[in-house]
Amino acid sequence: MVELTVDGQAVGAEKGKMLLPICLDAGFDIPHLCYNESVRPYGACRLCLVEVRKNGRGRMTTSCTYPVIEGIEVLTQTEKVLRARRLVIELILAMCPGDEEIQEMAREMGVEDVRFEKEEKDCILCGLCGRVCEEVVGANAIHFANKGSNREMIPPFAGEATDCIACGACVTVCPVNVIGMREESDERTIIRWKRTLKMKKCKVCGNYFAPWFQLEKFRQQAGLPTDFFDTCYSCRE
Amino acid sequence: MDVNPVETILKRYDYQDSWLVAMLQDLQTEMHYLPKEALEYMAEKLGISRTRIFRVATFYAAFSLTPKGKHRIHVCLGTACHVRGAGLIVNTLERQLKIKPGGTTSDLQFSLDTVNCLGACASGPIVVVDGEYSGEMSSLKMEKLLKPYRKGKKES
Amino acid sequence: MKRINSVEDLEREREKIRAARDPNKPCITICTGTGCHAAGCYPVAGALREALRTGGIEGEVDLRITGCHGFCERGPLVVINPQRILYQRVKPDDAPDIVSETLKKGKIIERLLYVHPLTEEKIVREDDVPFYKLQKRIIFGNNGNIDPTSIEDYLAIGGYSALAKALTSMEPQQIVEEVKKSGLRGRGGGGFHTGTKWESCRKASGDTRYVICNADEGDPGAYMDRSLLEGNPHSVLEGMIIGAFAIGSNEGYVYVRNEYPLAVENLRIALDRANDWGFFGKNILGSGFDFNVKINRGGGAFVCGESTALMASLEGQPGEPRAKHIHTVESGLYEKPTNLNNVETWANVPYIVNLGAEQYRQIGTDGSKGTKIFSLVGKVNNTGLVEVPMGITLREIVYDIGGGIIGGKRFKAIQTGGPSGGCLPESLLDLPVDFDRLTEAGSMMGSGGMIVMDENNCMVDVAKYFMNFLKEESCGKCASCREGTKRMYEVLHRITEGNGREGDIALLEDLSFVTAEASLCALGGTAPNPVLSTIRYFREEYEVHIKNKKCPAGVCKELITYRIIPNQCTICGRCQKVCPSQAIRGKIKMKKPFEILPEKCIRCGMCSEACKFDAIEIV
Repeated sequence: MVELTVDGQAVGAEKGKMLLPICLDAGFDIPHLCYNESVRPYGACRLCLVEVRKNGRGRMTTSCTYPVIEGIEVLTQTEKVLRARRLVIELILAMCPGDEEIQEMAREMGVEDVRFEKEEKDCILCGLCGRVCEEVVGANAIHFANKGSNREMIPPFAGEATDCIACGACVTVCPVNVIGMREESDERTIIRWKRTLKMKKCKVCGNYFAPWFQLEKFRQQAGLPTDFFDTCYSCRE
Repeated sequence: MDVNPVETILKRYDYQDSWLVAMLQDLQTEMHYLPKEALEYMAEKLGISRTRIFRVATFYAAFSLTPKGKHRIHVCLGTACHVRGAGLIVNTLERQLKIKPGGTTSDLQFSLDTVNCLGACASGPIVVVDGEYSGEMSSLKMEKLLKPYRKGKKES
Repeated sequence: MKRINSVEDLEREREKIRAARDPNKPCITICTGTGCHAAGCYPVAGALREALRTGGIEGEVDLRITGCHGFCERGPLVVINPQRILYQRVKPDDAPDIVSETLKKGKIIERLLYVHPLTEEKIVREDDVPFYKLQKRIIFGNNGNIDPTSIEDYLAIGGYSALAKALTSMEPQQIVEEVKKSGLRGRGGGGFHTGTKWESCRKASGDTRYVICNADEGDPGAYMDRSLLEGNPHSVLEGMIIGAFAIGSNEGYVYVRNEYPLAVENLRIALDRANDWGFFGKNILGSGFDFNVKINRGGGAFVCGESTALMASLEGQPGEPRAKHIHTVESGLYEKPTNLNNVETWANVPYIVNLGAEQYRQIGTDGSKGTKIFSLVGKVNNTGLVEVPMGITLREIVYDIGGGIIGGKRFKAIQTGGPSGGCLPESLLDLPVDFDRLTEAGSMMGSGGMIVMDENNCMVDVAKYFMNFLKEESCGKCASCREGTKRMYEVLHRITEGNGREGDIALLEDLSFVTAEASLCALGGTAPNPVLSTIRYFREEYEVHIKNKKCPAGVCKELITYRIIPNQCTICGRCQKVCPSQAIRGKIKMKKPFEILPEKCIRCGMCSEACKFDAIEIV
């Protein structure tokens, strides 16, 4: 365990744990978009900036990627931090002016309008969908492509995400809700990745509960018997 | 797809995925671009995801996922070339070839690309056509330089 | 070649090589660096070989193909030894004269000599040419003396003697101390103290450590690393072996730009030969120390100059930097302690080991020791690579070595440090060049590009150029860098198009703040420098663009008009012939000066280039 202070308040934490979840758990309000505890910290959105002082020297850093050490002094609301966050949210808002979550966040930070040409994107490039797909699901169906101002989150070779198992994890983690999932009779579609898969019917309740492709993949990976997924999760016990 | 050239490259690096950038360099040299099928084959043989190979292939400037023209024109846009007017040369080529940097003419004769710096700053602006360097270039000289390629007199 | 197993064997072999060479035997060296290559050095080399043969003195004269001598402006360069006669801008047709006059009769060929632009004096010896005379070429100088593909040439000038000294008479810690004491700082851009870095890596826990040579020279306008690798690859390798021994590493990588095919090739040859001789592999020189190096070609991404991005690339991943709260000297490549230095830094190591830190420290300033190689390019008369002691002033570099501005035009700015650096104005020409002074002035040392700009360069355009570069080369991970550079470009672009708004300068300052302060790596951290330094020193030029919608330098297309000066027009019709947009009105037989129609003119500059009478001006 290490001791640190956040805005003057003493906080104890496990050494090496990232600063953002520690601050959030301790009740400090730090805006963030690309952080999710189920995946490794990444530091793409740059909103969770704080000032960290140690040995008399201070600097600004993203709290989601900062492993805590003994004795640091964390400041979450300095002039500098607030100015930087406001500018970051203005940049993100200019990129995705239609995202309601971003509009809301910007308003909260006092940013009403942007001083740039508005783009018509919706994805904020936080990378959560791709990171979850890689680190948690293991399907590796989507990730970043290109670099710099051409960066985008797409399936390999664009088009349909042929490795996607339509599990919907990306839909759940997306902080701006732009991936989208649709279920119609026996089909599930992950709209953004142009992926439609047939669903399996539960032998007990008769509901379509998960895509065949996904269940088959899980079954093979885990070496489960062929009839393992004949019943849905709710009917199993 | 003929897998032999891809296999040769994979063997050269002992199927080690840490050499991915090098393998893609070799593939690019061999095929003049990175065909999707070759990349998918490579990913499978290396046991890596298609997302990873696609990420790497689109991250680095050395790679192209579309076929390039028979003659490759590279205009250096390094700082030294820029201050000596390389931008005007690019404009002229865009106008003459009717393509943007990164593009290829519809008859697949020419590809136009800009490069960050070729390290021949003293002789800038530099234009490289099919590996041949020409220094102290200008819009007017460009016309002359391309003539033999247009007439098919020079083969790459 | 049989592997050399001891220092005694090495010295014996070296003596053999030296004994077989007559220092008084005439030797023609031909520079084949990229500049001379573009100027046509290979046909010259062929013609000289032929002339020696037909002249019947083939066996009496050596012909040596060397790497870059540095004076690229005057290439192809030929130097006749032992007299060190410099012939410049040599053509294949000059070869018979060089053989019959200079080599056979000892006569100087006046027309091939360098002429001092001010005194008009013809200078015979290479070392007397001001361009070379004022340099201190301790690292780069040997380029002109050796064939980079010949390890024997390198051994003949004392090569691998520093390695022998380090392996047999120094403890690893002692080498680290020596490098620390020398004051050597990283030549790649950051200027971190090399010895301190080595020490941290040496002390980091774990059995496996890596050393890396960063040869992914990404700064546009800088090519010293390329020229070192092309011209003297063994010096870099020797530095790496010494460093690896000091740090306790058995495995190294050279990450070299694929756009530098000759550097890759010469490095590969050097590595193979050094392997054969036993400078790599197991039990080097009988010391018990093992070390191997692999060459990895970069994929062409500027961000890979950032150490963590370079390491990601070496692992076969996209070059995205990661947070460095745990430094790469503790957890770098494959999460092992890794020490990364750039080409020029490694090349300094043998020199320091041979001469000792005390001697090395004599060169340079308090905070920056040794020399630095700069690529002096742009609007300067003597373009090329120059190696100068730290602390020399910009004025000495531009005027005394560089010979001033082309065409006697007015100096406007010097850009140092690549896209991470800044533009310094005339009032700072007396600034001593070292790491700290350049940073204080709002620029940086970077890898050593120095681009000279004159009155015809627009500083807003230059800032826009760098921002265009950076928005493409940012890896795109941090919103602040990806969007910040993109928006700075957007604002600069509208200013150069005449759509600048009141408050745009303040907006650029806001964007600079967020890009620098909120981004992860040094690319974002330094990206605003080109914008901030031009605002700082050339603010009025921004204001004229924004308020008066004018580009004083005559660069920004939307803000300029091409015009024919009537009384200078000779009515020759050349401009009309080359104009791609039929924007020039006039007929030769009308005997009236031609005219440019502004509404049709696309401002491509072709007419101005074609006009032989300076009759076309930009207003």
